[in-house]
Amino acid sequence: MSMTGAQLVIEALKSEKVDTIFGYPGGAVIPIFDVLFSEKSMHVVLTRHEQGAVHAADGYARSTGKTGVVLVTSGPGATNTITGLATANFDSVPIVCITGQVPTHMIGNDAFQEADTVGISRPVTKHNYLVTDIKDLGRVLKEAFYIASTGRPGPVLVDIPKDIQLHKTDTTFPQRVQIRGYNPLTKGHSGQIKKAAELLKKSKKPLFYVGGGLHISNSIGIFRKIVEKTNVPTISSLMGIGALPSTHPRYLGMLGMHGTFAANMGVMSSDLLFAIGTRFDDRATGDLSKFAKGAKIIHIDIDPASISRNVSVDIPIVGDAKLILEELYPILEKPSIDSWIEETGQWKKNHPLSPETSGDGISPPKVIKRISEVFPDAIITTEVGQNQMWAALFYDFKKPRSLLTSGGLGTMGYGFPAAIGAQIANRDRTVIDIAGDGSIQMNIQELATAVQEELPVIVAILNNGYLGMVRQWQELFNEKRYSSTCLARRPSCPPQCKEPGDYCPPYIPDFVKLAEAYNAAGFRVVNEEDIIPVLKEAKKIRNRPVVIEFLVSREANVWPMVPAGAGNNEMLLGEEDLI
Amino acid sequence: MKHVISMLVENHQGVLSRISGLFSGRGYNLESITAGVTRDPTISRITLVCYGDDVVFEQIKKQLNRLIDVIKIADLTEKPAIHRELALIKVKAEPKIRGEIFQVADVFRAKVLDVGTDSMVLELTGSSEKIDDFTNILQPYNVTELARSGLISMERAKKTAKKTKGGKQ
Ligand SMILES: Cc1ncc(C[n+]2csc(CCOP(=O)(O)OP(=O)(O)O)c2C)c(N)n1
Ligand SMILES: [Mg+2]
Repeated sequence: MSMTGAQLVIEALKSEKVDTIFGYPGGAVIPIFDVLFSEKSMHVVLTRHEQGAVHAADGYARSTGKTGVVLVTSGPGATNTITGLATANFDSVPIVCITGQVPTHMIGNDAFQEADTVGISRPVTKHNYLVTDIKDLGRVLKEAFYIASTGRPGPVLVDIPKDIQLHKTDTTFPQRVQIRGYNPLTKGHSGQIKKAAELLKKSKKPLFYVGGGLHISNSIGIFRKIVEKTNVPTISSLMGIGALPSTHPRYLGMLGMHGTFAANMGVMSSDLLFAIGTRFDDRATGDLSKFAKGAKIIHIDIDPASISRNVSVDIPIVGDAKLILEELYPILEKPSIDSWIEETGQWKKNHPLSPETSGDGISPPKVIKRISEVFPDAIITTEVGQNQMWAALFYDFKKPRSLLTSGGLGTMGYGFPAAIGAQIANRDRTVIDIAGDGSIQMNIQELATAVQEELPVIVAILNNGYLGMVRQWQELFNEKRYSSTCLARRPSCPPQCKEPGDYCPPYIPDFVKLAEAYNAAGFRVVNEEDIIPVLKEAKKIRNRPVVIEFLVSREANVWPMVPAGAGNNEMLLGEEDLI
Repeated sequence: MKHVISMLVENHQGVLSRISGLFSGRGYNLESITAGVTRDPTISRITLVCYGDDVVFEQIKKQLNRLIDVIKIADLTEKPAIHRELALIKVKAEPKIRGEIFQVADVFRAKVLDVGTDSMVLELTGSSEKIDDFTNILQPYNVTELARSGLISMERAKKTAKKTKGGKQ
């Protein structure tokens, strides 16, 4: 039974139970798209940009745990995937990205649409392949899915020259994968697990510190049982959000640069930081020389390279968080920490997050809170900037895998295509991209994709007319020199404008008209009391995307804030802390 | 501190660039890297010499281990191991001073590979330090070209007999 390389690719995808491909065609992948033309088991989502395709596959993957699949052409198609791959690589998202390549005999000749795709993508993928012999194709695809989805997941790129797609072959793909250099450790060291349990039992001020690894390993269930059993207060990184419901009494919130008072005080006062599936990212830890000085540290992670990199760890446990937590659960004992629970509870009570912001216009946190009321079980994606922090801080997350955000790379333009991918994988849930007016314009073209796919994705744009997060830094640390952060500015504006005012030119684009131009629904909300009615209106629309533009207070800031280089307990809590 | 890593990797295209890319991308200091096929033609051995404190070196090893194409890593820094480098040295050698250079070469057990009208080529194998010393001593004679292979290393053969079965390890 002989088939072409292109047919083999599709057979390999079928055997991996792939039902959706995010792609964009071109000369070097026509043979594979040709096979897809008559393939009924797979839906091809044609995005409007290859970056959009990778982010959509990423949203599909993060919201389900399945591997996202991307198919694009050589040269510019491949180079357009790089930001998407880097985003997925940083946040450990399983993706297989198949790129077409010029025929093998032309590689190296600067052929039309040739790029050294494996060379360019090497630092931003978990692994990559250039297939130069059709005999390797089946094995390589099998390995690609295996590597992408096991251990610490990540994107794997497979570059397939056009002649390989057209060659006939009798070889298929192997049933099993054997890679001698890749044996991800899954079970944790039992001795270490016992030590961790003992340390926790003796601790007076323990804190769970959870990250994205908890979602990736599907261990939210067992983790919640552990919190019920031990009653230990919990803080989360941006990627860990949703590990506990945001309203859980033991949940102190997100730590870090824009973390809550309780989480940041907690981490600085704890005597035992029990970290699970987190990298100790610098946005979370602040100045390392001041970080969690009084705490012993236990760290569970699947990636040995994440352990003792930024902070030195007392009890490292390498392996799959779920298996380790399941082994830990029966031997855990409840520590006596009543006064610690009291102390952390006081921090929470006395310094709650404030939804009030300064200036005219709607307060952005209030928009998020209303979204949370009207859509209590949504999948939230975010762009990057203030919108991202407000979404993380003010939405009440309940379920795992419900916040999809670019944490490591901080990619503006991630949220909307990711929402498209998540909506395709979760047809019955509401998917909302909480966006900034700057970020949304980085992949706004995907409105066409969402319209074409009849997806009711909601895009909630917090329009402050600024690249708000950068403007916030300029306000706080550069004496309001709003250099290149005003998105309305014209040459006729006052030079060195330091404040928005009546003289400001109209904002571009008109997002409502833009939505309508794409045949999506568009709303504009100017007054606070219109937030809920418009959200309810949006809820009724189930067959096309909805863009809602909220005209928010232009100079609202995200609080609290730990200035760069400070310790986590040196927070600015609001405008009143600025001298 | 200087570290020596000897590792076995898949003999694929692109493995060297994965490794050197890891060093440049993460800002680690790489002094030398050598590669050659092993007895098994699908496997290459790479020896690399790098600099870094203990924390950085731990990271280097972990990051190398993360590479799918890396099969096995041995840290030879502290282990009893043999380290060798080969150097080819072209030195100015007017007929009247050739004798002197022959003598120096003899002391270091360097080989004379080629003699021309006013220069000669020497070969020396040894530890990196020995090669440093040799080139330093030759400097006054005007070394015009120097090619060094980079280090290759191997753990020493075991000197103690294996305990019989049942004995404590
Ligand atoms: C692709 C990319 N370019 C630049 C940045 C730097 N950056 C971080 S936040 C931000 C402002 C984002 O503005 P907007 O989307 O309007 O969000 P806001 O902060 O106003 O909510 C910028 C430019 C980035 N994160 N990503
Ligand atoms: Mg903005």
